Parts: sequence; C-alpha cells; structure tokens
Amino acid sequence: MKPLKFMHPLTVRLMHWTNAAAMIIMIMSGWKIYNDEVLFGFLHFPEEIVLGIWAQHALQWHFLGMWILVLNGIAYLTYGILSGRFRRLFFPISPRELVREAVAALRFRLEHADLTHYNAVQKSLYVGVILVVVLQVVSGLAIWKPVQFSFLVSLFYDFQGARLAHFAGMTAIVLFVLIHVSLAILVPRTLLGMLTGGPRLDAGRETPVTPSQASNP
Amino acid sequence: MPLRRPFTSLFRPQRGPDQTVLAEHRDLIETIGRRKLLRGTLSLGALTMLTGCNVSDRDAVQTVLRAVSGFNDGVQALLFDPNKLAPTYAASQVVKPPRFNAYYEIEDLKPVDIGGWKLELSGLIADKRPWSLERIYALPEQEEIIKHICVEGWDYIGQWSGPNLRDFLTRVGADLSAKYVVFHGNDDYMESIDMPSALHPQTILATKYAGEPITDPFGFPLRLRTAVKLGFKNPKWIRAIEVTNSYSPGFWEKQGFNWFSGL
Repeated sequence: MKPLKFMHPLTVRLMHWTNAAAMIIMIMSGWKIYNDEVLFGFLHFPEEIVLGIWAQHALQWHFLGMWILVLNGIAYLTYGILSGRFRRLFFPISPRELVREAVAALRFRLEHADLTHYNAVQKSLYVGVILVVVLQVVSGLAIWKPVQFSFLVSLFYDFQGARLAHFAGMTAIVLFVLIHVSLAILVPRTLLGMLTGGPRLDAGRETPVTPSQASNP
Repeated sequence: MPLRRPFTSLFRPQRGPDQTVLAEHRDLIETIGRRKLLRGTLSLGALTMLTGCNVSDRDAVQTVLRAVSGFNDGVQALLFDPNKLAPTYAASQVVKPPRFNAYYEIEDLKPVDIGGWKLELSGLIADKRPWSLERIYALPEQEEIIKHICVEGWDYIGQWSGPNLRDFLTRVGADLSAKYVVFHGNDDYMESIDMPSALHPQTILATKYAGEPITDPFGFPLRLRTAVKLGFKNPKWIRAIEVTNSYSPGFWEKQGFNWFSGL
C-alpha cells in the first residue's frame, strides 16, 4: 500500500523554512535600509536587530533575499494551486464563522484540536499574509525600477507612496509572524508538524487517520 | 543625511603584522587560519538564528553578496528598455535649490577652478580635443524636469538642461558600441555607466538648473543627469569623459553599492 501522505509534505516544509529564512533576511535588511531615510521621524530600528553594517550591505542582503523569496514564492504558489492544497486548507472561508471564531480567539477559547483542519481565523490569516507578500513584491518592484515599471509606481500614487506601502506590508508581515510564532509555541504540535510532517492523511477522505488504521493495511 | 564615508572594517587590523613574527609562528598561524574557516562557515549557517551578530563585511560573505550584486547588474541590463521614458513633471513642481548630497558636507566643498577648466575626452573617441565651457554652452540644449531618486530613499523633482549625451558622443565620434562611459569628477570621484543608459534620450550633460547655470554645490560647471539611474550614478563636477570596454567600479560601488543601479 502507498504510504499515507503527511499533512505537510516535505516539499511544503522545505518551502516554508526557505521562506522563513528569506523573510528574516528581507525584514532585517529592510529595517537597515529604512534607517538611512526614515519615513517617520520617531522610528529608527535599533542596530542590534538590523542586518548590514552600512546601508550598502543591507541593500546587498535585500537584493539577495528577494531572489530566494520570489523564486520560492512562485514555487509555493504553483504547488499550492496545482496540488489543491490551497483549496483544501484555505477555502471556503465563511464570514460568519470568521466573526464567531475571531471573538473566541480573542477570549483564548479557540480550539485547534484537529491539526489538519484550519479554522476560519487561520484560513484568513494565511490567505491574507500570502496576499500581503505578493503586494510586497509589487511595491518592491515599483521602488526598485520606478522608471521601467512606472505603471506599478502609479498604483501607489508616487515613489514615496510605494515606499509607504512597502513599509505597511512589512508591518503586516511582522504582526503575522508574531501571532504565527506565538500560536505555534502555544500549540507545539503545530511547530513540530512543520518539521516532521505532522499527522498522516487518509488519501481518500483527506482526514487524519488513527494510529490503528495507519498500521493496518 | 549624507551618504557614508569610506569605512575600515572592525575585523581588520589598522596596521599589518610584523613579517618576522609571522615567519616565526607559521604553524600556529595556519592552525588559526583553519579554525577561522570553520568558524566562518558556522556563523554563515547560524546567521538566521542570531540577532545582533553582524557578519555582513566578512570577506567570504562579501564575496557572495557582491557576486549576487553582479548578477543583478546583468538582470537590470535585461530589464532596461532604451525607449522607455521616465515620467516628467511641471515647472511648478521643481524644488529650488536642488538637494545637496555628497560623501562630505556642503561646507567642505571645493569649487571647480573655472580658469583652466576644459572637458577632457579619452578612450574610444575619434576627436579627443578638449572642450571649453563656451563651446559646451553653444551646443543645442535639452531641458528635462525629472525626479532625482536617491539610493537612500528620498526624491525630488529637478529641472535640468544641457547637451544631450548621445548627441555629444556622436559629435565627438565616440564608439557607441563600446560598453561603458566613464565620468571623472573634480575630486577623483569616478562613476561609470553602461552605454545603453548613456544613449537614453533622457541622459544629458547638465549645465543649468531651473534655467540658470548650476551652482558649485550641485556640480558646476558640468554634471551628468540621467533619468534612468539612481542619484549617485550622476557625477558632478565632471572634468573628463572616457569611452571604454573595460569595467571599472565607481566610488560607491567600491563600497558595496550596486553598479548598474538603474531605475
């Protein structure tokens, strides 16, 4: 019998951790680049948490990280769409469920017993952060090539608008990471699952199988 | 905020070691060398785990980062559309005076002595006779109101005029199939750009700002203004132009900034 599939196949796990590394590079080098010409006078990122001694190093890291992020991101989106993973895990999102579960989450009453099924809050956070990262690539391209891609700049009003959008996108991603990492630590099985693959899925029903079923051919 | 001064790495000693001491302890030094390699590999891998530990200017890391930057030069050359024009603006939006930026403060500026000034030409150019300012002023002028975008992130709208660089290079019989145009500035500042960007319709040798001769801080008597490059690729106080096929990094690229830096 074919071995049962993991909740998180190896491909997904590799892409997840590659993305995590790329994100750390992008965010920390981005903070250093920001420091050279701040958008908000009250906000400078401390030297202890930035990547790059001078702005040029931060730019070097940023333009290395962008390749890892974009190539890995394209692979992830292609895989997620073609394999049906996105459809299975992220959709449908019921607005009514979302409101109810968001309230439950804020009261720390949200259950996540079945790792293979995402609740509406998780679904919208995951879909949301994917969209933000896509938008981040768009605003990043506008900042990198404001003449060649001038049509992208006009989406954000002007060059400084694109910088502001890029900053806002970073803020959203950092908030996501804080929530994502805190919850993974609160429910360590989820963190472990992204390392080892998590529960096995019944290929037919795509629901978790009990250990007795799994061992019985 | 001014761009950065040249820096000395924290990891490199200020003075070289005494050679006789090195010779006496050759074995020990080789052992340390191997340890350093191992440690370097470890810290590269541990990078994502650590904050506050900055490895950006270690030689091995710099080699990788600069190789990627070189690859990005090639990608940018492919993305560059020689016919794509940068947005232009209305005269009412022009910032006066333009914004000053150099690797030193405006007080330390040494104005060009215009008495003996001539624009020198060298390299793959047929007619290398130097140009006086009068002859440059006599050339047909092109005006452009374009955005100056700095690698730091700020921008302003400026109104520049002067001879079109493509016309000038054609006039002096430059080899337009050469790879690079190099600009030598007054204070040993050097910048090179790719030929396609030099031939872009919005690349000019600017002599005027907002209709008046450029003042000392902004490049008098002659500076490059191209709408397709970041600010630092627009050298001021030009004293010589060279057309060549050999690549030479400019002042900022030597410090690690990306060479192509196209917009």
